[in-house]
Amino acid sequence: MHELAISEGIVESICEAVPEGKVLSVTIEIGQLTGVVPDAVHFCFDACTRGTRLEGARLDVVDVPGRGRCGSCQREQDMSELITRCACGNPFLEVLRGQELRIRSVEVN
Amino acid sequence: MCATCGCSGTIALDLDTGLAAHAHEHEHEHEHAHGHDHAHEHAHEHGHGHAHALEQAHEHAHDHENGPPYVLDHRHMHEDGTAARTVQLEQEILGKNRLLAERNRGWLESREIFAVNLMSSPGSGKTTLLERSIRDLATQLTVSVVEGDQETRLDAERIRGAGARVVQINTGTGCHLDAQMLGRALHELQPEARSLLFVENVGNLVCPALFDLGEAARVVIASTTEGEDKPLKYPHMFRAADLVVLNKVDLLPHLTFDVERFVAHVRLVNGTAGILHVSATRGDGLAEWYRWLTARPARNAG
Repeated sequence: MHELAISEGIVESICEAVPEGKVLSVTIEIGQLTGVVPDAVHFCFDACTRGTRLEGARLDVVDVPGRGRCGSCQREQDMSELITRCACGNPFLEVLRGQELRIRSVEVN
Repeated sequence: MCATCGCSGTIALDLDTGLAAHAHEHEHEHEHAHGHDHAHEHAHEHGHGHAHALEQAHEHAHDHENGPPYVLDHRHMHEDGTAARTVQLEQEILGKNRLLAERNRGWLESREIFAVNLMSSPGSGKTTLLERSIRDLATQLTVSVVEGDQETRLDAERIRGAGARVVQINTGTGCHLDAQMLGRALHELQPEARSLLFVENVGNLVCPALFDLGEAARVVIASTTEGEDKPLKYPHMFRAADLVVLNKVDLLPHLTFDVERFVAHVRLVNGTAGILHVSATRGDGLAEWYRWLTARPARNAG
């Protein structure tokens, strides 16, 4: 359940970055290749925000699709999983996108 | 420290209710504008209906029953006349962990301490491998250990019995070590300059992969009593490894475990990690393991 630590990280970062006001909503990006389950983050977020300025805030998750480049044939392609084999046979793609775990913005009152 | 509120104490999550059971009381000034008690046992919907990028069932979806006093437009007035503002943060969620990990790394490197983060599922023989390594390396190297477990000091006692200094971290409900925990443990342990430091992570092949501790190298230990498909089931963990140690090879004659298949599976997720076949009890492959430890290989960037 690393999603609990991720939710704690969200709350902690926002409390530091936005020193006052009630947080109404939070938008985060979760890359498809991070292994982080957005639904579990939602679940933990509700628990972690209790008793903080984020209590009751809405969590919007932007899913960032995976994208990689083959080191052998240089072709860029979508990656829905960390293990994606290139059509040329190379089993390793260099990940270009999809490993994001970012807080994009917050809406504060 | 409670990461939620910054006070001392640990956060525990009740998985049935989804409530964080804080072991401590806080004085809070906030008000519940929409007056519900947040006991998430009731099934409900978002009155403001946002779309999730992934279509997943929300068993815990909220119902702000009276509807929150705002809408989704990012520039709007509330009913009480106060304006909401949107603050762009663009911050790494695990940015703080990364920063603390780099601090640990700098501290360790400045003392020429080689720190190895050992990760595996429970029961792979991590602690047995450590006990044996500490005894066998005693004449060449000073070894100390940071031991991470959810509960008990049993492993720490085994390590101490083998002759190494050890600090135990009990993570409670936490399923991995993080850089802050290691930082505190280093402060307490004060490992000797030019020594070898083993960090035995919580037995778990999922969560520790995401948390850099500031280690010099990551070792994943698997054992022949597990399936050959572990690397495919836990690709994040095996991808992050600098070295994969396959333990309990002494048991191979009694098992159906196919070593070649296991190695092929490791190679599907990680093209560069070394792979060692060892038996921590019988001693197979340990000479190579000690050579790897004393050679202090550089960490794989992936």
